[in-house]
Amino acid sequence: MAAKQLKCRECSTEYALEARYVCSACFGPLEVDYDHERLADVGEVRRRIQGGPQNIWRYHDFLPLAGPQPRTRTGLPAGCTPLIRADRLAERLGLGEVWVKNDAANPTHSFKDRVVSVAATRARELGFDTLACASTGNLANSVAAHGAALGMASYVLIPADLEEQKVLATGVYGTNLVKVRGNYDDVNRLCTELSGDRENWAFVNINMRPYYAEGSKTVAYEIAEQLGWELPDRVVVPIASGSLYTKIAKGFAEFIDVGLLDGEVPTMNGAQATGCSPVAVAFRDGHDFCRPVKPDTIAKSLAIGNPADGPYALDLARATGGSIDMVDDDEIRAGIRLLAETTGVFTETAGGVTTAVLRKLAETGAIGPDERVVLVITGEGLKTLDAVRDSFPAHEVDPTIESFEEAFAESVPA
Amino acid sequence: MAITVKLPTQLRDTVGGAVSVQAEGATVAEALESVFQSHAELRDRLYQNGDLRRFVNVYLGGEDIRFLDGLQTALPDGAELTILPAVAGG
Repeated sequence: MAAKQLKCRECSTEYALEARYVCSACFGPLEVDYDHERLADVGEVRRRIQGGPQNIWRYHDFLPLAGPQPRTRTGLPAGCTPLIRADRLAERLGLGEVWVKNDAANPTHSFKDRVVSVAATRARELGFDTLACASTGNLANSVAAHGAALGMASYVLIPADLEEQKVLATGVYGTNLVKVRGNYDDVNRLCTELSGDRENWAFVNINMRPYYAEGSKTVAYEIAEQLGWELPDRVVVPIASGSLYTKIAKGFAEFIDVGLLDGEVPTMNGAQATGCSPVAVAFRDGHDFCRPVKPDTIAKSLAIGNPADGPYALDLARATGGSIDMVDDDEIRAGIRLLAETTGVFTETAGGVTTAVLRKLAETGAIGPDERVVLVITGEGLKTLDAVRDSFPAHEVDPTIESFEEAFAESVPA
Repeated sequence: MAITVKLPTQLRDTVGGAVSVQAEGATVAEALESVFQSHAELRDRLYQNGDLRRFVNVYLGGEDIRFLDGLQTALPDGAELTILPAVAGG
């Protein structure tokens, strides 16, 4: 594999490729460090990708696995989700070119299948027999499903007040579902403590976090490949912990480094809900750290009050000329409707946040008329039905022509 | 005042493998300072420029001390502090 070691982002201390996530010296996060020298033949690398399976394993050269490319017809292959040209959305917002990366089209209907596929596969390589996670919902679905698909036991810890759809779509896979009386940050603290004592458990977003996070790079790889090996000018991404946002940029940077793409990392725009906006507030106030908050928003999948990658998200937004913006719950609901009505894609509240931030950027003139913009839609609307409940009329009629025509007397031409 | 400080696995090598250590102090800062007296190596692992490193979280009764009064948070007798890495989850 091309992965060489784990390396601390803060102090560069190096570690072996084990189940380890934090630097013993400074508590900084560990990240996978690669040797891309051996990918010198760009044509060969591109051919290997194009000849690969229709899932994230086509990017095996860029993922932290020791073994060969995983067999693609076992497990729960993620990725290769549609990139849709959204002309009607662009027109509504007065923009030139908008694309929607629809990651709701993953096996458990969110981008989390990418990160869990990588974490679970690496966990098996390291000899773990049990998967676990702290989740705001989508990760819970994915860990439970991957446990079932791979024949691994799983423990899924979620805040007790999560949306019913996300609870049901987790428990059905036969996991050990644990509803914690607290918010996500409480769940995360509990899991961090547990992970110290449960040494045979692979907590995908704690002790497996360096591997897990790498899975998000595949969003960028796919966008570039689907655009015909070209870079977009701007990408709009939701921010919870900040991991997806920063890893998408890393994905573009790696493809540029090895010569698969020409140009620069796109302008990166982050999207948060006003009710949980520690990164957006820090961006607005010019800080390089985030003050933790107590979340209160309908966008529960983004409700992380103490975002682990917040400082790196701030650095990235500033380095690429982007921004991190926030939208309130009404704007989120309107964002869901806007995307649904103009693209046919029904997204969950996190996608409402992302779409609403795109609208805000368009309205403030932050986006140039010639820009090619990609909107990253991370999850499925059927998981957060309360956000659209009672938001439109339905016509109830008798099964007769007369009743139908009476209901539509004004709008249907005779 | 007697305080218990629980340590994460990443720090237990500094205290001979113990899961927790006893401390004394009326505030979080004082309690940690009393631990540093007997375990000097811990100071640099937890502190940078006189403050907690940005990737270190300290909890009092499950609450992040950043939501309380930070290092100046007052501690009742018998309080339990938990130190954990901040970079997890998401």
